[in-house]
Amino acid sequence: MDANKLAEQFQQKIDADIKIEPQDWMPDEYRKTLIRQISQHAHSEIVGMLPEGNWITRAPSLRRKAILLAKVQDEAGHGLYLYSAAETLGITRDEMYYQLHSGKAKYSSIFNYPTLTWADMGAIGWLVDGAAIMNQVPLSRCSYGPYARAMVRICKEESFHQRQGFEILLTLSKGNAAQRKMCQDAINRWWWPSLMMFGPTDNDSPHTAQSMKWKIKRFTNDELRQKFVDVCAEQVKFLGMTLPDKDLKWNEERKHYDFGPINWEEFWNVVKGNGPCNKERLATRVQAWEDGAWVREAALAYEEKKSARKYAFQNTAKSTENAPAFQ
Amino acid sequence: MIIMQEQTMPAEKENAQKAKIDALLHLADDSLIMGHRCSEWCGHGPILEQDIALTNIALDFVGQARNFYQHAAALLQQLPNDMALALADFDITPASITEDSLAYLRNANAYKNHLLVELPNGDWAQTILKIFFFSNYRQILFQQLLKNSDTQLAAIAEKSLKEIQYHVKWSGEWVMRLGDGTDESRERMLKAIDYLWPYVGEFFNCTEYEKTAFELDDTSIDLLKQTWLNTINHTFQLATLPEQTFGKWYQSGGKLGIHTEHLGYILAEMQFLPRTYPNAEW
Repeated sequence: MDANKLAEQFQQKIDADIKIEPQDWMPDEYRKTLIRQISQHAHSEIVGMLPEGNWITRAPSLRRKAILLAKVQDEAGHGLYLYSAAETLGITRDEMYYQLHSGKAKYSSIFNYPTLTWADMGAIGWLVDGAAIMNQVPLSRCSYGPYARAMVRICKEESFHQRQGFEILLTLSKGNAAQRKMCQDAINRWWWPSLMMFGPTDNDSPHTAQSMKWKIKRFTNDELRQKFVDVCAEQVKFLGMTLPDKDLKWNEERKHYDFGPINWEEFWNVVKGNGPCNKERLATRVQAWEDGAWVREAALAYEEKKSARKYAFQNTAKSTENAPAFQ
Repeated sequence: MIIMQEQTMPAEKENAQKAKIDALLHLADDSLIMGHRCSEWCGHGPILEQDIALTNIALDFVGQARNFYQHAAALLQQLPNDMALALADFDITPASITEDSLAYLRNANAYKNHLLVELPNGDWAQTILKIFFFSNYRQILFQQLLKNSDTQLAAIAEKSLKEIQYHVKWSGEWVMRLGDGTDESRERMLKAIDYLWPYVGEFFNCTEYEKTAFELDDTSIDLLKQTWLNTINHTFQLATLPEQTFGKWYQSGGKLGIHTEHLGYILAEMQFLPRTYPNAEW
């Protein structure tokens, strides 16, 4: 069958909302786009363990410590599902790690910001996980089967994380003056980077049109960002806190909140590696990988020895079977 | 007269109660500090699957610590004020003794964990070996505790044993991989044994409070010690690692509050928030 015909059939399946599975034909660009997007997403989960992992040993109660540990563990689990989903497209996990460690692959820029106080655990849960959910819920209807199915599982856990984050902030907002200040300060620092998580404006997002045609993406960056602002502008009232945007105002005509301009210069700088923690985060991942090399080699050597022994044993067993029985 | 009777306890019962609380704090502290050290690996493991496994173990330990602290807190709340304060080793009203105040407001010299658990993680070999030694010890101790006259303690032991069985299996498999893996992994295991072995004697150097609360006598302690050593050596043999024996000299003191220099740093990090903002809710 010629390529045009295949491409046409492929698009028909997409239009009919039939999931694309690993063994199905797909255009190279579709495969490349998905590998890029899913591996970036996996890397974000893994790098994202670091800013929160930073507070596990300092969590202020045993209950909070247990919840935070479980949350960071969930993120590792998400990384695992996503790496597996990407592997169905013909790339190995080691190749993806190499891309991350060499700086070729990106991860969500939000994790290049530092976690400075306990309240940051709340703000990350509420805002960062909240923005992630906004992005990810539509992805659970994405045209590529393995990615969509991974997202269904991930979204369930993320919404739990978001509630936990909000609850941390709610507790702080009802606490003493220092805790309330900590709460507002964390919101101030995480608000704008969270809005940037939706990516550049639609005018500056060259892949959006194609991704929407392939139903990898179902809403544009700006649509999702607006939805997020509308939700947060209401939720922040329950905390008795404010969002750090003097232009934030309900627009009766649009039925949406208007909000101030995003600092795209900061966004592009953090993307390019100039954020407060880019170098540290990447160095930490590279260090963990390099320090673990001897462990992975030992595990491999042991498995080889074990299967060699098993093989030798089976062969001995076989030769005894064939030997004449002792009387 | 009746009031007097309620406020004073017969000496024997008082001692038993003291021993039980000390022992619960000892178990809780062991769990918490193990959990703390394991959690330091989170996000830094050599293999993603193993990062998840170790974080899970950290979570089990924190969960066990909570159970023991909660039980200790409930008992402390029932005691007369001065006795509760002396036992808990900090200055707050016994009514507000909780799992968190026990974890976050006691100083290092009130902590009763084994020295082994507070030692730094070192490399993967050292961490694995520490978990292997400790969880094998826990397994045989908790099997004893299943029969304890304190039914709450027995119930916690039963619940924990399910988790510990996994810790034993997981760490044992890694001991074999590393011992019988490459030359480097074997070297690292030998180094880890060298570093950690002086601390395992403390497991079986039982304090009075352990003997009373865990209902152990010298014979049963000896049996635990032999069982533990046999189990360790069995795995070591499979891992092609040298057979171990107990030396005459070993490091101890943790169970009586005399620690290594490491614990102070662990607690400084762990406790700083609740200590900076006393009485705050989190």
